[in-house]
Amino acid sequence: MSTVAAPAAARLKLPKDLSSRVGLIVLALAIAFIIRSFISGPKTFTQVLTIGLSNGALYALIALGYTMVYGIIELINFAHGDLFMLGSVFAAIIMEDGFNKTKPGGSALIFLLVALVGTMAICALINVTIERLAYRRLRNAPKLAPLITAVGMSFILQNVGIVLNGSAPHSRRSVLPTGALKLGSIEVKYKYLIVLAVTVPLLLLMTYIVQRTKIGKAMRATAQDRDASLLMGINVDRVISFTFALGGALAGAAGTLFVQVNGQTRYDAGFRLGLIAFTAAVLGGVGNLLGAVIGGVLIGVIQGLNDGAPGFFGQGWTQTVMFSILILMVIFRPGGIFGKAQQEKV
Amino acid sequence: MAEAKKAISGMNPRKLIIGAVALVVALLLPHYGVTDNAGVLPLFTVVLCAVYALFALGLNIVVGFAGLLDLGYVAFFLVGAYVSAWFMSDFISSQNIHILDTARAVIPGIHLTFWFVVIVAGIIAALVGVVIGAPTLRLKSDYLALVTLGFGEILPEVFRNAEKFTNGTKGIGPVDAVGMGPFAVLPGIDKTITPSDYIAKYYVILVFCALFVWISIKLRDGRLGRAWMAIREDELAASLMGVPLMQTKLWSYAVGALAGGVGGAFYATIVGTVNVDSFTFAFSIIILCAVILGGMGNVWGAILGGVVITWFNYTGLIWIGQKINKAFSTKIDLQKYNFGFFGLVLVLMMLFRPEGFIPAARSKAVKQADKAADAAEALVEGAHA
Repeated sequence: MSTVAAPAAARLKLPKDLSSRVGLIVLALAIAFIIRSFISGPKTFTQVLTIGLSNGALYALIALGYTMVYGIIELINFAHGDLFMLGSVFAAIIMEDGFNKTKPGGSALIFLLVALVGTMAICALINVTIERLAYRRLRNAPKLAPLITAVGMSFILQNVGIVLNGSAPHSRRSVLPTGALKLGSIEVKYKYLIVLAVTVPLLLLMTYIVQRTKIGKAMRATAQDRDASLLMGINVDRVISFTFALGGALAGAAGTLFVQVNGQTRYDAGFRLGLIAFTAAVLGGVGNLLGAVIGGVLIGVIQGLNDGAPGFFGQGWTQTVMFSILILMVIFRPGGIFGKAQQEKV
Repeated sequence: MAEAKKAISGMNPRKLIIGAVALVVALLLPHYGVTDNAGVLPLFTVVLCAVYALFALGLNIVVGFAGLLDLGYVAFFLVGAYVSAWFMSDFISSQNIHILDTARAVIPGIHLTFWFVVIVAGIIAALVGVVIGAPTLRLKSDYLALVTLGFGEILPEVFRNAEKFTNGTKGIGPVDAVGMGPFAVLPGIDKTITPSDYIAKYYVILVFCALFVWISIKLRDGRLGRAWMAIREDELAASLMGVPLMQTKLWSYAVGALAGGVGGAFYATIVGTVNVDSFTFAFSIIILCAVILGGMGNVWGAILGGVVITWFNYTGLIWIGQKINKAFSTKIDLQKYNFGFFGLVLVLMMLFRPEGFIPAARSKAVKQADKAADAAEALVEGAHA
């Protein structure tokens, strides 16, 4: 389990097995598609690309939560996407009802920062509570049990979303500046730049915590071998709680940014986006932190291109494209684009 | 016959009585249903309970017997329903084929008899199961869950977008009624089941349920069933003992999907229209809930779970909500909480009673063995102390 950012050196050797060959063909087709799309409409293409990058940054935040939890207790936390959804609802409630900030300008951005921190704290708390109440008790149960529990948790969180947000999509107002940065003929909206301005430091902070701090070291140790870590005097329960808190906080941050950029909250957003984010985690190799970030950005760009760029399938097929990637990855390269498939331990 | 006698004498009397009562209840249930949609037991809900029990029986084979978590059972439901819609309605209007059907001859489209369509639906669903399973069943259990979920999401989206073949969100309908064909010679059976004749519909689906119970039990006690359970308990050990993993798993998928297809085909005829919006992830979870509530790997548990969960979903929540509101003059809309209710069932069952309400014989045995081992250990420790 390599929670440590794995060496991102792409394998340049010619692959020998069939699965890699299929992967190469898919890759070649994708590149051909992208080039064709760029030629037929360069302006839309670049615009869509920036949207994709900004979405990708959000996916990266969510994907990290999946990947860290999987890395440490080998559980696909189905409820993580819904935690992100709750984050977006909480952020909207804090901004609109709490601070009554619905227009850009003035001190709005400072309040947004407060809302961001608040939402991160709430989501971290929820995630830790879920782990404490449900997953921890099932840590040594057969593998189906925690998985089914996670699915159940996902439904419970969705229901909380329905209660707080209603069963129809709820439109929310954004405080992000509306203008755009013009670079020649290309326009990049400020709101996407702000997303990057928040996400990048968060990701750097994450990396710092995992790589440089004591608790980060404990996390990596626990991911590698839980029993050995226990013997070395690491409080494994606390480390796992901390991992859930970290993942929850990132999901909260993603939720806050999501509602500001997209201006909408809906109870089923977590299911859809969560699965896209999980695809990102799989793309980068589950358990691999750097992989999750790269996978997130990649998936965001792919989704952006598919939804908006000329020559792609369009929004009606988003789910299909995402899940096809997920299924192909899981079947042919379960270790992600960088990693190797792992043998099951006996 | 002698075998049946032996089986009956081999059962303990308590089980026999419970079984007899359950059978009587199952047979008489629709006669206590009410036709309007209020009250505690609308007839429509009774029919749906039986359909969902069939789905639960199907998923029980995959999740309960073989231990493979399938989160995309809705795919098979969808396939079955669309097979019905295509071959029992005026949708394919370029054709005008009528074979033993119930539609008037002037209506264009392909109209085949339900009894043929239901078999085709089952077989096609089973084939879809094999197609989905073939590349994915090698995966680890959690990835398998995710990939099946993926297929359960992709299929409805493809059907939504391929409007030429599915009529998209507008749906296909009306689907022909079920014709009783040769059975109509029996007394009390009409030639055609009219849309409002829920009692007749109930008995038809009950026959399918009974058939599937029989199939489930036969398979469970046979070679294939033992292979499934071996895989469920320890895949590596099973493969070392010579169980062909892929083949065995594929069979569980195929048989489970078969029930989904049959149920889907029947569902299309009771509802009358097939619309892509009815095939959601929530359906897969409801069926999973039913299997887990009843007891993974227990045939009777799956039926009980299917009935209870369906009743709650379609009637119980509304009914209980009304009772509460009346008693305390509150205004609670319990239906708003049905997602949370299903989630809570999954979580609480996993935490406090993972073997379900009616545990399978094996999980009971395992639990007893565990208890005995614990007791022995305690004894040994006590002796040392």
